[in-house]
Amino acid sequence: MGPDPFAARAFRGIIGAVLIIWLVLPLVPLAIWSFARGWRFPDLVPQEWSGAAWRYTLSDTSGVLSSLGLSIGISLGAAAVSVLIGLPAGRALGMYQFRGKGLVEVMILAPTIVPGLAVALGIHSVFIALGLTNTVAGVMLVHLVPTLPYTVLVMAGIFANYDPAYEAQARSLGATGWQTFWHVTLPAIMPGIIVGGLFAFLVSWSQYILTLLIGGGRVVTLPLLLFNFATSGRNDIAGAIGMIYILPGIVILVLTAKHLSGQNAALPKGRRP
Amino acid sequence: MSDRVRIILLLTPALLVIGVLFFGGLAVGLMRSFSYMPVIGLTQPNLDAYVAVFTSASFYQSFLLTFHIAFTSTVISSVLAVGAALLLRRSFIGKPVVNFLFQLNLTVPHLVGAIGILYLFSQSGSFARLGYDWGLIAKPSDFPALIFDPYAIGIILQYVWKEVPFIGLIVLANMQVIGEDYESVARSLGASRWQTFRHVLLPMIVPGLLSASVMVFAFTFGAYEIPALLGQNHPAALPVLAYRKYTDIDLASRPEAMAMAIVIALMSAVMILLYLRLSRRSIGGRHGP
Repeated sequence: MGPDPFAARAFRGIIGAVLIIWLVLPLVPLAIWSFARGWRFPDLVPQEWSGAAWRYTLSDTSGVLSSLGLSIGISLGAAAVSVLIGLPAGRALGMYQFRGKGLVEVMILAPTIVPGLAVALGIHSVFIALGLTNTVAGVMLVHLVPTLPYTVLVMAGIFANYDPAYEAQARSLGATGWQTFWHVTLPAIMPGIIVGGLFAFLVSWSQYILTLLIGGGRVVTLPLLLFNFATSGRNDIAGAIGMIYILPGIVILVLTAKHLSGQNAALPKGRRP
Repeated sequence: MSDRVRIILLLTPALLVIGVLFFGGLAVGLMRSFSYMPVIGLTQPNLDAYVAVFTSASFYQSFLLTFHIAFTSTVISSVLAVGAALLLRRSFIGKPVVNFLFQLNLTVPHLVGAIGILYLFSQSGSFARLGYDWGLIAKPSDFPALIFDPYAIGIILQYVWKEVPFIGLIVLANMQVIGEDYESVARSLGASRWQTFRHVLLPMIVPGLLSASVMVFAFTFGAYEIPALLGQNHPAALPVLAYRKYTDIDLASRPEAMAMAIVIALMSAVMILLYLRLSRRSIGGRHGP
């Protein structure tokens, strides 16, 4: 695209620097608050540093660690079920053309557009009757609504580039259906299972209103605790919980950096975590 | 096993979950919004909840506020995202860092961004302290209200922070597929930089941009925790109002909450239809490579 003069490169560098600052900025006060003691107006930096917020956050009395465990459990469960259910659906959508396929796709994608609250109120009235409100199982179930579309999408993408001839070959060589799946299909689609599963985990991890509503305030996941500390003015503890809360996303991003940098990765296509 | 049976079997679990939970939830919400609940003996559907909702001034205030939040956030995010994608297409110092931060930002839950915005822009927040340090303000209340404010500036700032990377990465992926050949041809035929962008690149990225914008609009219209944390009490954003109605001690206001949930769902349905129409028109006869 023509010459690339120094001025243009410098301009891009400056805009890039502004972008970097803006992207990091909201996370900075959270990190500082978690080590601050009584950081009052108009101090730009805390007068006094302290590990008290972190000590409290990591103690048994705060309930943060049990919330963390609960959140991990719910998100792992929702991700595992999403992969189990999304895998066959993704195979159908990725490998076959059939009548009504467009409709099925719209139905499966609808939850990514329609806000959770709009369906959660109706789900809540049914879950009351089923005894699923205020339970971990109910929360995990309702998390499937936002997570499942993403695993189906990722698996459909994987199966669209998948050659079923290998399966036929394995079968013709005498492998059973299960052996074929275990030794041929599974290794081939493993990247999709990992990316789709991590993706579903993050989507479930960030749920707030579905958990609040179906869990009825009894199933206290990490975001619920974070919200409570933030609105009650305990900025130092909110800062520490916030840091813990974003950790899995960072870890997953670093772990999957290889998948993400590829053109066919799922995340850069912009599916919302 | 025929393909047909196989496809049905493969799809059944997913369609069961989506059908029962998602469409079932919608259907029950719709029924309850008409005060129809045979289980507890309410067998006469009526429009009372909708009458109550559509005759209350606070509903319209909430609706307008929510529309303003969603529309403004989407437009600002889309424009900035296209700019960011154009930037990320070229090489510059710090590009890998911006790239990484864009992806990192996708993984940060909205709630964390909202708390960060709160600590930055509240009247005793970081920017107010900077203003004091520079002698611009004498006390916290001199700092303009950007949180809990009638214009929902804090909410919009949070959405822009989260959605620019989201839309930007989609548009960037589009641009990478399109390549630079079309623009090179336009430039060699004498088109200016702006003309090349406006008439060559932009039409090709519009479908991706639109689909991302629709997702952002629908999300920002229906999200709860961000306006709950950063918004003013009255008027509250529609999802906050619906949640308050639903958890009201007076169970009679639940159908009203359901009616608002249906309004939110309809709004997202309108967005999907609008998107389908727009994308068909913009792609018509102008397919990208």
